Order: sequence, then C-alpha cells, then structure tokens
Amino acid sequence: MKKLTIMGAAMLAGTVLAGHASAQELNVICSNEQDWCDLMASAFEDETGIDVSMVRKSTGETLAQVRAEAGNPKIDVWWGGTGDPHLIASAEGLTQPSGADTSELLGWAVNLAEISGGRTIGIHAGALGIAYNTEILAEKGVEPPACWRDLTNPDYAGEIQVANPNSSGTAYTELATLVQIFGEDDGFRLLAEIGENVNTYTKSGSAPSKAAARGETGISIGFMHDMVKLAKAGFPLAIVSPCEGTGYEVGGVSIIEGAQNFDEAVQWVNFVLSAEAQSLGPQVDVFNVPSNSNATVPPESPALESIKLIDYDFATYGSSETRARLLARWDEEVKPAE
Amino acid sequence: MRRTTSLWLLIGLTGYAVLPWYMLRRDFWSFRWLADFGEPASAPALFLVLNFERFWLAPAGLALLLAWLLLRLKNPVRRARLIAITAFTGLFMTAFQGLVIVRAGPRAFGNLLEFGGMQDGQVGFGAGAFVTLIALLFVLTTAISAMGKGRGDAFVVGLIGLIISMVGVFVFFPVLHILIRGFEVDGGYSVLQFFPRFFSADIWGIGCLAGGSCGPGLNSVILAIMTGATTTALGLAFALIFTRTDFRAKRLLRLLTVIPIVTPPFVIGLALILLFGRTGAVTELFAELFGIEKTRWIYGFGGIYLAQVLSFTPIAFLVMIGVVEGVSPSMEEASQTLNADRWQTFRYVSLPLMRPGLANAFLLGFIESLADFGNPLVLGGNFNVLSTEIYFSIVGTVADPAKTAILSIALLSLTLGAFLVQRRWVGKKSYATVTGKGDAGRHAALSKGVKALCYATALPWAAFTAVVYSMIIFGSFVKLWGIDNSFTLAHYIRAFGIKITDNGWRFSGVAWDSYFTTLTIASIAAPLTAILGLATAYLLVRQKFVGREVFEFSTMLSFAIPGTVIGVSYIMAFNFPPIELTGTSIILIIVFVFRNMPVGVRGGIASMSQLDKSLDEASITLGANSFTTVRRVIAPLLGPAILAALTYSFVRAITSVSAVIFLVSAKHNMATAFIVGRVENGEFGLAIAYSAVLIITMITAIILLQLLIGKRKLRRIDRIERSA
Repeated sequence: MKKLTIMGAAMLAGTVLAGHASAQELNVICSNEQDWCDLMASAFEDETGIDVSMVRKSTGETLAQVRAEAGNPKIDVWWGGTGDPHLIASAEGLTQPSGADTSELLGWAVNLAEISGGRTIGIHAGALGIAYNTEILAEKGVEPPACWRDLTNPDYAGEIQVANPNSSGTAYTELATLVQIFGEDDGFRLLAEIGENVNTYTKSGSAPSKAAARGETGISIGFMHDMVKLAKAGFPLAIVSPCEGTGYEVGGVSIIEGAQNFDEAVQWVNFVLSAEAQSLGPQVDVFNVPSNSNATVPPESPALESIKLIDYDFATYGSSETRARLLARWDEEVKPAE
Repeated sequence: MRRTTSLWLLIGLTGYAVLPWYMLRRDFWSFRWLADFGEPASAPALFLVLNFERFWLAPAGLALLLAWLLLRLKNPVRRARLIAITAFTGLFMTAFQGLVIVRAGPRAFGNLLEFGGMQDGQVGFGAGAFVTLIALLFVLTTAISAMGKGRGDAFVVGLIGLIISMVGVFVFFPVLHILIRGFEVDGGYSVLQFFPRFFSADIWGIGCLAGGSCGPGLNSVILAIMTGATTTALGLAFALIFTRTDFRAKRLLRLLTVIPIVTPPFVIGLALILLFGRTGAVTELFAELFGIEKTRWIYGFGGIYLAQVLSFTPIAFLVMIGVVEGVSPSMEEASQTLNADRWQTFRYVSLPLMRPGLANAFLLGFIESLADFGNPLVLGGNFNVLSTEIYFSIVGTVADPAKTAILSIALLSLTLGAFLVQRRWVGKKSYATVTGKGDAGRHAALSKGVKALCYATALPWAAFTAVVYSMIIFGSFVKLWGIDNSFTLAHYIRAFGIKITDNGWRFSGVAWDSYFTTLTIASIAAPLTAILGLATAYLLVRQKFVGREVFEFSTMLSFAIPGTVIGVSYIMAFNFPPIELTGTSIILIIVFVFRNMPVGVRGGIASMSQLDKSLDEASITLGANSFTTVRRVIAPLLGPAILAALTYSFVRAITSVSAVIFLVSAKHNMATAFIVGRVENGEFGLAIAYSAVLIITMITAIILLQLLIGKRKLRRIDRIERSA
C-alpha cells in the first residue's frame, strides 16, 4: 500500500512539478524490532512530510554495509542497535556529528554522545539479565539463580546457554560486565566456572533466551527487554536481575558520513530523541528504557531504578584494543577446548 | 560478417549518440531524459564529448566510427583483424576511464589527469554506455569469428564473449575485492604471510579424530561429503522410482521431493527443533516409551546434516530425473538380449550411463552444503563450519576482513578440489544415449533388490518430509507454536490482510510489499538464469575452445562462495562508478542470476552429455546454423533441464537469505530478509505463516511451469517393462 501511495505521489509530483525540486526523502537503516521501525517511520512521515525509506538490518550487518559503502553511502541515518557498533563506526570516521540537543536526555545517553564526539547519541537502554524456564527448573527440582555467582552451581550443569562474545554484542556486554564487577582475573575465572555449566555458546545474542523460552535450555543470559517480550508472548520464562549488579547496553542513533540528505537526517535524530516519539514504544511491545527523561516508561519494562546497575565504562570497554584483548583472553580461558 | 557487424555498429551508435550515457537518478522508462537531452546528467556520450569536453568518452565513439570505415576493406582477414583490434581498444579505453574516473574525480594517476572536467568526477554507466559496450563486444566477437576462430561461427563466439564478460564483471570483479584482503598485512600486501595463516590449525585442526572438535575447515568437508553422498543416493532412489517402477502415488512423491527447496532455510531448522529438540515431540515420545534420555543431539553435526539432506535432496533429484529418463532403453534391451538379468543390466549398463548425473548431483550437494549458512546458524550449537565462521568474521563483534578472505579462499579451494575429482571420475567417456535413431524399446524394470532398496530409502524419507511440513503448516495456524496450540488465523491476517474500505480495498497486511517485490524479482531472474546457465552448458558440452576448463570452473565460482561474501563484495564493487547498482532492484536480479546459474549449467551439462552429437550434425548438414540448431533441436530435448533451471532459480530467488541481507534496500525488500527480521524478533507465527504462503506460491509456480514446458518426448511411448 505504501508503495502504491508513493508511486501515486511520485506520479502526481512528476506531473505537477515537471521534474523540478523533488520531494524530501530520507534513507534509514533500523536495527530495532520491525514493528518499532515501522511505527516510527510513519510517525515521522506524519510529522515532517519527509518520505522515509526504511529497511531493518541487524547491527553487525549494518556496520558491515556502512563500511563497504564508505565514500558513497546510500544510507543517511542508522537508528537503533547496541551502542558499541555505533561507537566503532564513529571511531572509524564512518559517521558524523548531528549537533542534536541532548539537554533533556538521561546521563547514559549523553555519555554516549560525549564519548563519540556527538556522532552517536543514546536512544534507549536495556539491562543485562538472567532468564530461566520455570517448568524445566521445577521438573529438575533446582532453585532458580539470583546472582551471577549462582550460575556456577553444579545443579545447572548443561542447562545454561549464552552467546559467544566473538559473534554477539550481547555476550560481549556480559563479558565486560563481569570483568567490571569482579575485576579482570576473577571475572574470567567466574566465566570459566560458569562455562562448566554452559551447553552451547550460540552465535546470536538473542538465541539463548529463545531456547530457554522453548525449554531447549534451562537458563539463559541476555538482554532483559528480549526476555520480557518472550514472557509476555506466553512462554514460561522468569527474569532475574543479578544481585551483584548488572551491565547494560545503550542503543544509538548516528548520521552516516557523507549522507545525501543531511538536513532530513538531523530532523530524524531530533525526532527519535523527543519525548513524544519515545513514548510510543509500548504500543508495539518495546520494553527498553527511553533516553528522554520526559518520555513515559512502559510499566512492564524492567525499571532501571529497581535494577542494580553498574557504572558501565563504555569508553574503555567499547574501544577496539580492550575488546580485542578481552576476546583473546576469552578464547584462551573460557572457550571450550578444541 | 558485414551485415552482422553493420547491425551492431548501428546499435552501438544509437547507444552512443541517442541514449543517456550516465545512469539516471530517475527511472529510465519515464523517458524524462528525452526532455532534458541537453543536460550533462542525461545527455548521450556524443553530446558530452562535443559540448562538455568529456573527451575521455571519445574512444568508444571513435572505435565505432573506425570499425565502420574498416568494413570497406577488401581483404577479409585483414578487415577482421583490424576491426577486432579497434573494438577491443574501444572497450578497454571505456572500461578504463570508468574505473579510474569516479564520483570524486580520478582515483589513480591524479597528477596526469588534472585537465578538462575530470576533476569533477562522473557517475556510473547508464543505458547509453551499456548499449555501446555490448555493441562493441559483439563487433569484437563477430570479427574474431571472421578471423576463423570458433570454426567461424559468429553465434558461438558471440555467446562465449558475452558469457565471459558477464562472469568477469559480475563474479570475478566483485569477488576479487574481498579475496585480495587475504594477502593484506599492515600497510601492504604479502604473499608469504598468507600461507601460514591459510594452513593454520584454527581452520584445519584435526582434534575430532582424538575425541575433541575439529577446525571449521575439516568440519565443513566431512559434512559436505556426507550430505553430497546422501542427497545423491536419495535423489537416485527417487528418480528410479519415478521412471522405472509403477509406483502409484508418483505425483504426491514428486510434490514431497520439491517442497524442501521451496522452504526458507530456518523453517526446516525450527521444525526439526520442535520434533527432535530436547523438548521436541519425538524426543518426548521416545523418552516416555523407551526411557531414552532427552539430549540436545540435534544441535551440532547431526542436526545440520539432517536439515541439509532434507533441503538438498530435491536438487539431486532434479538433476537425476533428467538423466535417468534419458538413458536409452535400447541399451538396456541390448543388455537383456545378451542374457543379462535385471540387476546386471542396472549395474553394468544403466548405472554407468548415469555417471554424469551422479557426479553433478554430488557436486551440487557438496557445494550447497559448504556454502549453506541458514541451517548451521540455527542448528550449529558448538559445531563450527566455514560458512558461519565467514559470516561472523564480517558481522561479528570484531570484523576481520583478512580472516573473511582466508576462510573464503579455504572454501573455494575445497570447491575446486571437488570439481577436479568430479571431472576425473566422469572422465572422457561418451554418455550419449539420445541419438535420434529409432528408439522404441522399453526401460528395463528394476531388479527386486534394487527396487526394494529404492523404496526402503526413499519412502521413509518422503514420510519424514511430510511430517516436517505438516508441522510447519500446523505452526502457522496456532497462537504460539509448541506452547499455546489453540487455533488462530491472526498471523495470516497480520501478514496478508486486505482491508475493504469505502474507497475500495487495499493490501493492509505487513507482508504484501516484500511479497510483491520478491515475486517480481524472482520472475525476472528465473528465465535469465535458465538461459544463461543452459547457454553456458551448451558451450561447455558442444564447443571446443581454449581455456574451457577454466571457464567451466569460473562459472561455478559464484555458487561456491557463501552468500554473505557475495553480498558484501557486491556492495564493495557496485556501490561506486562505473557500475553503480546498490539500492536498486537490478542488483538483486543480478546476484540471483549469477548465484544460481551454476545449477542451470550443471543440469544442462548432465542432460546435454546424453544427446548424441549426430543430432547437431544432422541439423547443420541440413543447412541450419548453430543458433537454429540450438533452438529447434537441442532446446526441445532439454525440457527437464530447462524446467530444473527455471524452477531452481525462481525458488532460490525467493528463499535465499545470506547474499540478500546486505543488498536489500528500503524500496526493494525481500521476503526472506523480512522473515529473518521477524524470527529475530521472536514472531514465529507470523514468520511461519509467511513461509507457508511462500511455499504455496512456489508450488503453484512450479506446477504452472511444468504445464507450460510440458514433457519432452524422447520416444514415441515411455514404457517400463512390466514386472513379470
């Protein structure tokens, strides 16, 4: 339908304007959930009259595409997805500052903008958590975990699933979180001990929670907003906020360097940072925490106040050197022997 | 030669002097460029050279002009040679300027090229450039044939030239962008550093022989051999049941053998998990009945192998059916006349004659398994294969282009190895059995043992396929597959709803846009793929030319490289002038054509090796040229191969994921990219409902194709010997 409308509009514009000034347009890659992408695109079109062409791709795929297109980008703005790839893109000079106003935003969102020199700004946050399948644990007669340390319990042997940090940003956040809570040496020791109970290191960060939802594994580690979504869909999943505290991700929005529609892209950034736009999330089951302090928070979303959040150091743990070092150490000490 | 050349020169001149040289920002077919004729963005090259000092576009025009003057030469050999040189120079200069002068001005030799408008740069080639280059190419090939090459057959030489340039531009050019990274070291390139990295234990580790786990390279090889062998065996069994038995439910069986390829890959994985996962239906049943412990065996080698065999058996079948049908009954009758029993006939006559089919089916299964990415992703567990490693070296938390390149080269060398082994095994024997001579015999029935074996392998497999697919259909009609099994139509309404309002009706479902795009692109890509694939097969089987084996392997290249690598390399190559295609639907069509062409080639080779050369010769003796021979004699005999190529490319354009993910754009989104997004989001119901609709769409299309192409008639009646 949208296509038909656009085609009709284009034909009309063609006949009226006879090839002069073309309608404003904007190309967006969205790394959020599909429904959330669609909703924001149409809300933005309603508000500004700018034609939005949007496609959804995962963060890793987007970063690969932005890299390959460097110099002649076909995308104007990249919205959503964990902050780390956005920070990498800004460090590689693939994105440019938008100059958007960050005064209404929460501290962690401004923090992201400061680290990147304004090239990426925080749009929402999601905390890391543990989920367990209530049926499986009850059947096995074992207590659910409450802390990171509990995961070393031999009762959970072969029941824990977590992603591989080499392929998944979620798992890298978990690795960096444990390192920040327990210190590097103890953190890796803990990871290795948990590793005794891990049945699979999946490739994708969201896979473990889906497996836990279906009972393919007992316990998963991942982002809480993914877990909330699965639990709300009807799966027997319970969510735990670890007692030692937990890390979080901050989703970002960035304008691509050399964007062909820079002004429209700036409008998009301002739009997605606004309280009105961020308050739309619950309509499509988006349960992460919005970055605008005036936006309304969905009641189901894991309220960040009730979760013991650590002071996550994005500048250090987002940098390529730290990342490469920690991943090498993970391969050495945690990865199952080959 | 004069007439053909003049015709191409005229076409080339149209491209050069009338059509817009550069790609247009707007649609070509709106013909707005006619109105803006004088503007540099939509002017033809001739105008650009004369009015805008873009003299670097002159060589193409000069070449056309010079070739036209040279046509007047009396000495035919000299004429041909000079025209060939002229056309080649024109082609080369035009390609060269396109590669050097990009949007931002010259990207090499900056100091030399400071004059004129070069610094302003230029955008990608458009319709004019395309037509001019094609015309120059055919002028060149016509001239080469006039020099006596290719037995002076302009059609054959033209075809070779066209396919070589297309494979060069759309396979080699992009793939080189990635592979060259394998030799990259800090700030330069090194060949020596490549080898230790290539032969590292990280890729080829043999730990699994000692009870540990192997490197992804070895894992891939083992998996691919197993999958290739099993799919070939199953494909043969199905083909034999179809052609050599009086099995009653052939139609149903045919459907079951086709369905798996029309399924988006992750759906099979998901269905297998629901059946055999730790909480799967079958697992629960066995645990209850026999007290077998519930395990996660499905995540790893077993699961991937099962899913791959399920997915790729139909490909083997599509190749085998044509070949098994083609084996001449007279050979079998001769064997029986000589007192061989049915088993001996099968073992020593029929089976050896099927060698090209077996070899090609195995090769396809092997390569498909190597490049398969969806199944290992869903079912891989801790079992690593090359294709997933490559994917995550591109999109993982640390992108490593050098690793991508090295792993891709590893994968390609495996393919090359399999290709060479396959060639050796088929050898140089003749497999021609369709000779055009009186051939009214009947196929030998299978011996009891072989028949029993066929039934025993194929039928359980068919039943298994049926179970998996009923599960999928079931999954699309329930609220939450596996958890809340109450009936609902909600998923279909969300995806494919149609709203009826006062102003008429509109497609309100979320899936319609990508559905229409997918169908359009698949319908355009399929015939192009079939034509290109079969034309290539024709050249490989029927024509002899220098470098034929290299040519053959190069057509397999794009198939063997994992889609992810192709996707990224296409962006690297076609996001910049001279060929700027990203964000269009053309790039999707091209990627499908060149990725799926090898199936057309393999199927075509297998079928064509059976057609006796005397058929071509008879046609040529009667005064037909090679084009007419292809059209009137060979093409009609290739029914199954054409059908296979069309079906396969249509279906693959709809179901492939990995290459497409990087190339889809907002305006041209594809069904699989949409489905993967939904699965990622946990919306299984919607994803499965969409898959179910796609499956039904594709089956309808296949049935239509079958009706359209019909059955080839090799003999008056296809009879099978009655089981006595």
